[in-house]
Amino acid sequence: MDAIFVFEQLLNGLGYGLMLFLIAAGLTLVFGIMDTMNLAHGSLYMAGAYVAARVHEASASFALAVLVAVLVTVAVAALLEVLVVRHLYRRDHLVQVLATFGIILIADDAVKAIWGVAPLMASTPAALAGPVQLIDGLPYPAYRLLLIGAGLLVALGLYLLVSRTRVGMLVRAGASNRQMAEYMGVRVGGVFAFVFALGAALAALAGALMAPISAVQIGMGEAILIPALVVIVIGGIGSIRGAFVAALLVGLVDTAGRAFLPPALRAVLPPSVAADLGPALAGIAMYVLMAAVLTLKPAGLFPARA
Amino acid sequence: MANPVSDPSRATVQTAAAHPQPRLAVRFPGLVRRLPWLVLAVLALFPLLAPLGGLEYYVGFVRRLLIVAIAAASLNFILGYGGMAALGHAGFVGVGAYTVVALVDAGFSSAWLAWGAALLAAGLCAALIGAVSLRTRGVYFIMITLAFAQMLYYLAVSLRTYGGDDGYGLYTPLAMGAWLDGAHPDVFYWVVLGIAALVFAAFGRVAHSRFGYALRGIRDNETRMAALGYPVYRLKLAGFAAAGAVAGLAGGLLASHNAFVSPAIMHWTQSALLLVMVMLGGLGRRWGAPLGVALWLTLEEMLKLYTDYWHWPLGLLLLLVVFRAPQGLAALFERRDGHGGAR
Repeated sequence: MDAIFVFEQLLNGLGYGLMLFLIAAGLTLVFGIMDTMNLAHGSLYMAGAYVAARVHEASASFALAVLVAVLVTVAVAALLEVLVVRHLYRRDHLVQVLATFGIILIADDAVKAIWGVAPLMASTPAALAGPVQLIDGLPYPAYRLLLIGAGLLVALGLYLLVSRTRVGMLVRAGASNRQMAEYMGVRVGGVFAFVFALGAALAALAGALMAPISAVQIGMGEAILIPALVVIVIGGIGSIRGAFVAALLVGLVDTAGRAFLPPALRAVLPPSVAADLGPALAGIAMYVLMAAVLTLKPAGLFPARA
Repeated sequence: MANPVSDPSRATVQTAAAHPQPRLAVRFPGLVRRLPWLVLAVLALFPLLAPLGGLEYYVGFVRRLLIVAIAAASLNFILGYGGMAALGHAGFVGVGAYTVVALVDAGFSSAWLAWGAALLAAGLCAALIGAVSLRTRGVYFIMITLAFAQMLYYLAVSLRTYGGDDGYGLYTPLAMGAWLDGAHPDVFYWVVLGIAALVFAAFGRVAHSRFGYALRGIRDNETRMAALGYPVYRLKLAGFAAAGAVAGLAGGLLASHNAFVSPAIMHWTQSALLLVMVMLGGLGRRWGAPLGVALWLTLEEMLKLYTDYWHWPLGLLLLLVVFRAPQGLAALFERRDGHGGAR
């Protein structure tokens, strides 16, 4: 295990963390502002991945694929908001779980009906297929660098939007005290719809970007949902800044756990025990992190609510 | 009002909004009172009657339904009566199932020993997890129970001694003592039915005991119960551990039923499904859990016969329940004076 390997793993963790942030940002805003637990957020991620993979295949233009994926997903999300989610804002969290779980079931069947059961193999855009020589002895896939760059750019844009614009001010007001914001004359209905669409766009972007380096299949939304929920709980529900820090933390802990724990265990334990224990501990790492954070700071690292 | 994870301002909204008149129970009070015994009798005779109609396959199906209903009833107990919205209940089912696997792998073959151990192991596990989780509130409780269940899931995936991701086959049926033939499917059916009846009777009893009322008090107003001198944390922990133990028992039975155990039974969607079935039936209502489980699994079974796309009608059903029958199905069977249901 040399410095270059460590550096490479850190970059991988950064990329994964940034993609988690894209998903968690929408989730934490919807949760923080509308107090709505939306399990179907993962389905929007899945929609983005599927649309991007198919458009990329048909048109051979990756940029177009990402754009279409985001637009289609936002349209689907708007429909979803009007038909279902809008009527859930004032209901119990458990009722929201029930309804959005129903949406997951419907979404999975819809994807199965449109694109079939077999996973899609999304290809990396040709221009970015090769490696880039970052430093001596470390070739790094160009596509993963794009991922990191895009993630950082979107995070910066989101930060500016939330902290520097009027819409962002309304969003923050809603997250810190929704009722007071309503009394002050904020048209929360419009802010809600905007936030939901924004969250959907970010999830679709993450899905489209992740498609070439992960399996595009039914159930991918449910698989990414749990780490995203872990991120927003660690960061503090409703806090974009919290989601960013927590996403990077989870991304690094998860990647580092998978890369470094098994070899470290092999060095100190008998091989048969290490072979069982290593992957288990690596899979558990992010949940241990969450349990530890919640024990020390029960409302997350950056509580949004005063 | 069951309002496990929300603030008081919402509770008032809900109380005003939803109080459907119990119709069936008003028209046929006697029928509704005797219905549980009737159902039990029909279920007991089912293995004998099934061959007449060519329904042998469904004996196994009903057995699975009963086992899932036991797990759902235990979740209903902590969620409906105790207000603890746990999204990791399948984790305890898994602990029970893997306890059976571990004992079989070590050479034991007694069903009673294996299921008893499943109950104890899951109860112990739930006590430990509850001791940490119950210090959090609301959404954070949902998330931390989910996190612990995920840890158990990854633990099971990594146990290569027991098959890891591929699971572990239990090829010989467990022995049930001298008088019961453990290998006979009908005998196993009756054993499961007996255990399920005991579990439901016990939960019915506990719901109307001092402990049950104390739990409901905590659900409705924790601060007040603490001010009245109830050991709130200890009561919740006791309820959580008991529910975990019963879920473990269901897991042990499920292991025998499937003759196979894999980490899939403790995936988080299984926890969510349990939650969904309980809420479908009626949260905090005595017969809510079995009703919800029966409806869900029967629909699933029937839809699978006709189409590959059997998820979306179930999803639509969930949306319908949320918007049309927020109290769940069991509310239909309640008598006006409130004695038919649990609250």
